Amino acid sequence: MIIKLAYKNIIGAGFRTWLNIFILSLAYFGIISLQGFFIGWKDDASREIKEWDISGGQYWQENYDPYDPFSYEDSHASIPEELISEIEREEAVPILLTPATIYPEGRIRSIVMKGIDPEQKLLKIPTKYLSEDKTQLECIIGKRMADNLKLQQGDFVTVRWRDKHGTFDAVDVKIAHVFVTTVLSVENNQIWIPLNTLQDMLELPGEASIIVVKNEDFTPKLSGWEHKDINFLLQDLNSMIQAKTIGSSIMYLLLLFLAMIAIFDTQILAIFRRRKEMGTMMALGMSRSKIIRLFTLEGSLHAILAILLGAIYGIPLLKYFQKVGMNIGVDAAEFGMSGLEDALYPVYGWKLVVGTIVLVLITTTIVSFLPTRKIAKLKPTDALRGKMTK
Amino acid sequence: MKNGLIKIENMTKHYPIGGGKFTALKNINLEFSKSEFTGIVGPSGSGKTTLLNIIGSLDTQSEGNVYVMGNSVDKLSAKKAAKLRSEHIGFIFQTYNLLPVYTVFENVEFPLLLLGMDAPKRKKAVDNALEWVGLSDKVKSKPAQLSGGECQRVAIARAIVKKPDLVLADEPTANLDAENSHHILRTMKKLNEELGTTFIFSTHDAKVIKYLRRKISLLDGKVDKDEIVNGG
Repeated sequence: MIIKLAYKNIIGAGFRTWLNIFILSLAYFGIISLQGFFIGWKDDASREIKEWDISGGQYWQENYDPYDPFSYEDSHASIPEELISEIEREEAVPILLTPATIYPEGRIRSIVMKGIDPEQKLLKIPTKYLSEDKTQLECIIGKRMADNLKLQQGDFVTVRWRDKHGTFDAVDVKIAHVFVTTVLSVENNQIWIPLNTLQDMLELPGEASIIVVKNEDFTPKLSGWEHKDINFLLQDLNSMIQAKTIGSSIMYLLLLFLAMIAIFDTQILAIFRRRKEMGTMMALGMSRSKIIRLFTLEGSLHAILAILLGAIYGIPLLKYFQKVGMNIGVDAAEFGMSGLEDALYPVYGWKLVVGTIVLVLITTTIVSFLPTRKIAKLKPTDALRGKMTK
Repeated sequence: MKNGLIKIENMTKHYPIGGGKFTALKNINLEFSKSEFTGIVGPSGSGKTTLLNIIGSLDTQSEGNVYVMGNSVDKLSAKKAAKLRSEHIGFIFQTYNLLPVYTVFENVEFPLLLLGMDAPKRKKAVDNALEWVGLSDKVKSKPAQLSGGECQRVAIARAIVKKPDLVLADEPTANLDAENSHHILRTMKKLNEELGTTFIFSTHDAKVIKYLRRKISLLDGKVDKDEIVNGG
């Protein structure tokens, strides 16, 4: 009965009701679409980073610290026995790295030289372009680095490194291929050469710094090596997305706040303008608690009708965004955002949709209930005269 | 208590005003029996509406006792008072007090919804009530589309639809012209005679008085006269 009455009351209120419903529907739409973009970004970026860099996890040689370039020279050890069979089954890929310097067009640039098996298929890095020709060292580099250093395929660049004894050596390396990736961690200031070649150059046969493994559940403890799972390896990305999400939350919280102000205002106005109506309801035998429920439900119904209205224009729009994505318009990598394509493709999961509906419904119900508490103190005789009981 | 409907004993009602109090009703002693058609008459400010409000359990007395269908009004909780009104009392107001967003049918149906009556019974009762007041053709109209007389007839239908023991009418003809006033009063008289419903009016309208069977005159919050007038 209460639902029927509440529905009639809010529909009977006409334009004000539909304005509130529209604003609330915008809140639903805003929250779902913005969050959808962040979820899409996280999914896309995670997938890209996994495919190009981390796969199902990594083993780091215990001295390796990606944030400390001085640790690189000492970050190498023999590939553990337990991983050799995984490598042979193409379930793992060893990478050896060392600090180096290149001299493009007479300038100097510190880089990391990474050795990887040209035959590997676990990572998307196009290592097939690497030849193990001993007479000519070849490398592959990322496009951003190539553009920065004005290098292109077929160019030669001098690279200098130190072997395990600390002896400097240098050689001209040919750029065999320039690859395009959104994953900065496989391209920033680094060149990729065949693993065996780098092992020879450093006099570190059979050694590696990082071993990428395919299987997330492959986590045996290996002496001298530390296992890093996907959560750890993606924590920078996750932190960045979380920070962006919090930033964008302010926008949709403002939207939600505006919608709540509209509902609160409507409820306050209703309590003052509809006192006589309340008095009549009391005279006809409606208890105060039922009247409070009725008025609270009227507020909450705005949120329910907003779901329907939001669905009418929101579903086609959200589907459209999902199909065409949102063009970012700039190279996200320039802002340090890894794994981000030119367009963002949002993902709208049921958790997001249901969570948003529950959030808005609960908030609307609370905001609707707060002003109605005044009804509890209202005397029927005062209400019938249109007065507010003090 | 005659037929056990309403008994008022030494009832006084004060209202706080500023630091002091205003006495609206003083030492009232009255009894009302079933099927009465009674008017409470008196000038503005004589306490008519206050008396009806207390009888209708919308307000409570400051002193004395008021029993309505065996219930001591001042001892009823707000919830029990609402139940008493819902089950036994119908109200008619001077300004009709129809719910503006509901149709005529829905306004009349409202008290039955509160009683939890099922839909087919509600429809039958509402149709009957509207037939009683001659508004069967206006079921889908909204109050804003009705004349004053029609609105008051809807209010009467709403008051009697649940067949209450008691209908309290506060100045029911004050906003109506002579023709509509007589129409309304004839309708209420008919209901009183055919359904046995007790009607208690507050009024200072001379047109009403000739319909009354009992007239209680209030003056300055006291019963000045209580007389049988054989109206109708």
